Amino acid sequence: MNFGYYPGCSLSGTAKEFDLSLKEVLNNLDTNLQEINDWCCCGASSAHSASHLLSVALPARNLILAKEQGMKDVVAPCAACFNRLKVAQHEMKTDEHIRTKTEELLETKYSDGINVLNLISLFQHIGLDKIKSNIQIDLSKLNAACYYGCLLVRPHDILKFDDPENPTTMEEVVKATGAKPVDWNFKVECCGAAHSIAHTEIVENLSMQILDDAINHKADVIVVACPMCHSNLDMRQKNIIKHNPGRMKIPILYLSQLIGLSMGLDKKSLGLDLHFIDTTPLIASLSEKEVVV
Amino acid sequence: MENNHVHPTIQKIINLTNQDPANCYQCGKCSAGCPVRDFFDDAPNRVIRFIQLGLYDRALKSKAIWLCAGCQTCSSRCPQNFEPAKLMDALREIAVEQGIAPSDKNVQKFHKAFLNQIKNNGRSFELGLIRDYKLATGKLFQDIDAAPTAILKGKIGLTPHKIKDTKKIKSIINKAVKGNTK
Repeated sequence: MNFGYYPGCSLSGTAKEFDLSLKEVLNNLDTNLQEINDWCCCGASSAHSASHLLSVALPARNLILAKEQGMKDVVAPCAACFNRLKVAQHEMKTDEHIRTKTEELLETKYSDGINVLNLISLFQHIGLDKIKSNIQIDLSKLNAACYYGCLLVRPHDILKFDDPENPTTMEEVVKATGAKPVDWNFKVECCGAAHSIAHTEIVENLSMQILDDAINHKADVIVVACPMCHSNLDMRQKNIIKHNPGRMKIPILYLSQLIGLSMGLDKKSLGLDLHFIDTTPLIASLSEKEVVV
Repeated sequence: MENNHVHPTIQKIINLTNQDPANCYQCGKCSAGCPVRDFFDDAPNRVIRFIQLGLYDRALKSKAIWLCAGCQTCSSRCPQNFEPAKLMDALREIAVEQGIAPSDKNVQKFHKAFLNQIKNNGRSFELGLIRDYKLATGKLFQDIDAAPTAILKGKIGLTPHKIKDTKKIKSIINKAVKGNTK
């Protein structure tokens, strides 16, 4: 299977392990990614904070490039990129004024036709049976809290992905790896997102509530599909513990890393050594378990 | 939607968001579910109320418009299908355009530093973003404990990934941020 690939900025920086693990897993599932040549940043939160037009124009440029390069399905693993690409696509389709302005700005015509996939819908496309049939390690004792955050599911009218209040598609993928999804309350709550640098106190407050709820519901791990969620829950967790002594640590894994673990892939090739919250106790607990195949 | 009798600010809001704040009947569901509301001065429904009453200055000077995290919980729950998150975006854009000093300077400086990276490289460059933000705010020692680990793990690159079409991206950003969007 072949997919176009829009990695976005985070996956070549702070979310390097997201890119590594996704490529490693897909390699083992006979799936190829073709990166959009010369893609630019989608503008993320900063573009739509500064200019509505810019927030449409940057993603539209990438959609135009993907089309020119012969792509049909484009995977955007970062939830924020996925969101911005889908919203831009919607606005270009439904708002003639913004479309004209954007085409003027980009000095090129836009035509629709790219199917933008997020991390979860990519695995739905590949097929959950394929994940099941590649299981090498028994994850059945691993309790996983599936954390969607905001941008995978909202705005529902545009993204049309899962349920905005109680999504369940990530749980289906997690079940396919053999791990056990837990029932918990904070799966679509906000982690504070782009305020990580400008208002760290907001991010620590919101992220702590998410971590606490997962721990209270007996999760061993929080599974995410967004680099911003990951950095807020993983990198900021150290300070959260420092400011609130006595709290438990909980490792944060990308969904692609969890799938890779179930397939028995090398932990380094999945970037599991790149987290701030140590993942070795979790991995060690797995290796003691019975190997299925 | 053009009407000579409406205030230019409300006209601009309607143009940017494709929705009319008059549709809000003040049920307060947006504020009840807002995760950042505790950090706001004005709750989201109050910001909408300012607009409904024509108190544009109050809304444009509110901290809420800068502290909104854009999570869109409000937008997805509004019984009137109004999208407060879109309104917050529009108010930020209008505040900057009207030269109103942002009530939260850090957020605006962060976004500015972020867009600077895209202007220079076509992509975000985390080290440059942190450098520009620190220089703009004077918060030189923030996150000094996390940075070495991130650099050692190769999660923060020391040089930017520059794209070929950087010049074009710079001109797109300059034109879009300066000019009227509608």
